[in-house]
Amino acid sequence: MAITYERSAEAGAKKFADWDSRKYKYYTPKGRRATLYEDVTVDVQPDPARYLLQNWIISFADGTPAYSPTRTHLQSSDWHEFRAPDEEWERTHYQRQAGIEKMIHMAVANGRAQKAVAGFDADWVAILQNHVSASKHAEYGLGVALMTAQRDGMTQMINNTILTNASYKLRYAQDLTLYLADIAPDFAKPFDESAGKQHWMIDAVWQSTRELIEKVMAAPDYLEQYFAINMIIEPMVLELFRSGFVMQVAALHGDYMTPTVVSAAESDTSRNLVNCAVLVQMLASDPKFGAANRKVLGEWVWRYLPLAQQAAHNLQPIWSLPHIKVLGFPEAMGQAEAHVHKVLDQVGISLEGGKGQ
Amino acid sequence: MATPLSKITAQRGVSLAEATRRISDLGWLPTYAQQSLKYPTDYKFSKAPKDPMKQVLRSYFPMQEEKDNRVYGALDAGLRGNMFRDVEPRWIEWMKLFLAIIPFPEISAARSMAIEANVVPGHELRTGYTLQMIDEMRHSTIQMNLKKWYMENYIDPSGFDITEEAFGKCYATTIGRQFGEGFITGDAITATNVYLQVVAETAFTNTLFVAMPSEAARNGDYALPTVFLSVQSDESRHIGNGHSTLMSVLNDPDNHQLLERDIRYAFWQNHAIVDAAVGTIIEYGTKDRRKERESYAELWQRWIFDDYYRSYLLPLEKYGLKIHHDDVQAAWDRIIKKDYVHLTAQFFATGWPVNFWRIDSMDERDFEWFEYKYPGWYNKFGVWWENYRKLSEPGSTPIAFADTGYVYPHRCWTCLVPCLIREDMVVDEVDGQLYTYCSEQCRWTHKVAFASEYEGRPTPAMGRFSGRRQWEEVYHGWDLADIVKDLGFVRSDGKTLVPQPNLNFDDDKMWTLDHLRGYELRSPLLDLRAMSPEKQTEHIEQYRKGFHIHKI
Repeated sequence: MAITYERSAEAGAKKFADWDSRKYKYYTPKGRRATLYEDVTVDVQPDPARYLLQNWIISFADGTPAYSPTRTHLQSSDWHEFRAPDEEWERTHYQRQAGIEKMIHMAVANGRAQKAVAGFDADWVAILQNHVSASKHAEYGLGVALMTAQRDGMTQMINNTILTNASYKLRYAQDLTLYLADIAPDFAKPFDESAGKQHWMIDAVWQSTRELIEKVMAAPDYLEQYFAINMIIEPMVLELFRSGFVMQVAALHGDYMTPTVVSAAESDTSRNLVNCAVLVQMLASDPKFGAANRKVLGEWVWRYLPLAQQAAHNLQPIWSLPHIKVLGFPEAMGQAEAHVHKVLDQVGISLEGGKGQ
Repeated sequence: MATPLSKITAQRGVSLAEATRRISDLGWLPTYAQQSLKYPTDYKFSKAPKDPMKQVLRSYFPMQEEKDNRVYGALDAGLRGNMFRDVEPRWIEWMKLFLAIIPFPEISAARSMAIEANVVPGHELRTGYTLQMIDEMRHSTIQMNLKKWYMENYIDPSGFDITEEAFGKCYATTIGRQFGEGFITGDAITATNVYLQVVAETAFTNTLFVAMPSEAARNGDYALPTVFLSVQSDESRHIGNGHSTLMSVLNDPDNHQLLERDIRYAFWQNHAIVDAAVGTIIEYGTKDRRKERESYAELWQRWIFDDYYRSYLLPLEKYGLKIHHDDVQAAWDRIIKKDYVHLTAQFFATGWPVNFWRIDSMDERDFEWFEYKYPGWYNKFGVWWENYRKLSEPGSTPIAFADTGYVYPHRCWTCLVPCLIREDMVVDEVDGQLYTYCSEQCRWTHKVAFASEYEGRPTPAMGRFSGRRQWEEVYHGWDLADIVKDLGFVRSDGKTLVPQPNLNFDDDKMWTLDHLRGYELRSPLLDLRAMSPEKQTEHIEQYRKGFHIHKI
């Protein structure tokens, strides 16, 4: 026999106006149905253009409100249109990040148990110590820049996407640092953990990269940072180094642990690139501001692309260091350049005709 | 005895201290480009802060994932155990307000970390700020998810379903925006370190995220404690960030004057805002009237007075910092002697038609408990709540407009809670314009602290109050029904109100727009400004005398 309760606050216990209104109804989902990501993210950062009746109520001394479209040179008819394709919110972010940490932990623990470093080629150990280790500072710099950038977007969707991007970059920089620290005592000869920073600071090979990273860190425009990092610096310089070099040669020199750490960064990068590309595409094709935005994006391309190309070229000597050659620098560089051109083309920025376009 | 597997597989690794040191060494001093300080501060740093927590991301992410698994597992268990069959609607209704407000301050705190990390020198505490940034994204979205869960499973989803829209419009939620916007505007250190970390997180998250969940559990709501105690477990990291940064700021004596200003501003604003909202929810949202249950005043004494003031603020004096003991005492007096929480609850209930949740009336059991915990309560508030109960029937005069003797209050220009302790209302002019304040501390905050100069010292980075701060000004002269329609606080049948002054879940016992026609809302401040100087003086004197409630 069914039990009846005299009083219940369960859904459906009574039927009255809106008793079944069980969806957030203040925004329009991107697809047919609202996703969980949208439900927990859309409109949490309010906007006077939507529901903020009394406007922002504390400003900076110069009158700039809490969130201002003046924080970037790009403009939008509707900033709220953007949704991140990776749909990350807290739970999925922790699941993915934790999954990566567990994967790295297992791979490295197993490698160390098998005394894997004993099989590393001596030339490769020097590359690991001097150059792979130097790259962690570049990764960290991008994480720092993105952490600052996540302050300024006009919607929660934009800011949270930049936030998770920062989280990925900072995690990878830490993973690489601690991975090298973990395996350092396993080498028969001393492994100099400080060499990476020395190369980062003074080695001519890395100075153009450092200049590039420092310039994007210093850029005051948050979307300039987000765009330049994901669409130019990552594919042209860091992905070139990770995919076009480390992933190609490490295993051939007996190192099957480093690719595990680096592969996570490659996976992060592809997600971040897609997120960024969708936002840039939205702005580049904005019905009202598209032309102006494409001009600004073009200026950014020519501000960062030559620097990035220079930085990439200056890394070339690293390709000569390994014992066994696989993918030559020209091929790797060619692939990186083609990648940059492709992503820029996809979002509506043409490099044909050079700087004047 | 067999050797455990962990011993067999143990590997030598870097210690946590060494790991932290290596990670802080990822930073460097740029030489190719001058780093821009995007967010201004008048503070100076002569020393970079240390990282007291020494946590790294590779241990952080799996730990947080595990915490999440427990939270989401508990929510599933709540449903399987039919939590909503026994939950108190009086309580869940207040969650429509609380959970509309809190995700915004949370995500503002994530943005705040961008500012703090940008301004504070060194890289040692960068990981601490990073963890806090990600934590705050966790808090904001986990709370949005909790709210969705209530919407899907509670008897009346109305109000939850418009939550973020309502947050932008409601006459009560501006107070929450004053709280959250303070984390991301104005002087970078004032906002991120003092206001957010040193005061809001170190002191007031205890009432927000510990005391309130306890009350939820007493009302059959096991979901709020599950989520918020998990949230609070992250706060210790943020408190550590705050203290370490504060120590670094304190190191330069030139900062002491600004710190004294900012601790004063932050403590008073947190008190005025958090105590108003959380005090009301704990005292008036509960059905648990056991005498042994701690009152909000008792909780405040434990969490704020003993734990925070005595153990955290007072020791700062040894660094030469002036602490405003009188303000802590004044806040305590407002709670224990001047009925701050009760007056706030009365104000919330007065304005029920422009809310987006239901406010239940108080009954005799409530009266008895209030009288026991706050002797003299009935004489001051009992009759008003009896009137409220009587006027909760649809078709009655909305209580704000009924002849009960209550005088609709002026808003405080600073904290945006009204000037409820009538005798304490202060009036002053700033830049030739007249303003009302709930207290001398709030007047000082607007006129003295949020200015371009402080005690003769230029403070170009300090923020300013802006926007249409007083909600009543927006709807000055409007008919009440039109206001509610404009706010969007009407159910989808086009007539039934989202808010109700009762917990009746039958259409014929619910208020509609028609019941609100013919009542004009006025802004007390605009009316005051329109008066002649003599009339203004007379009005203020009269206001400060208070009101007398009579039975209708």
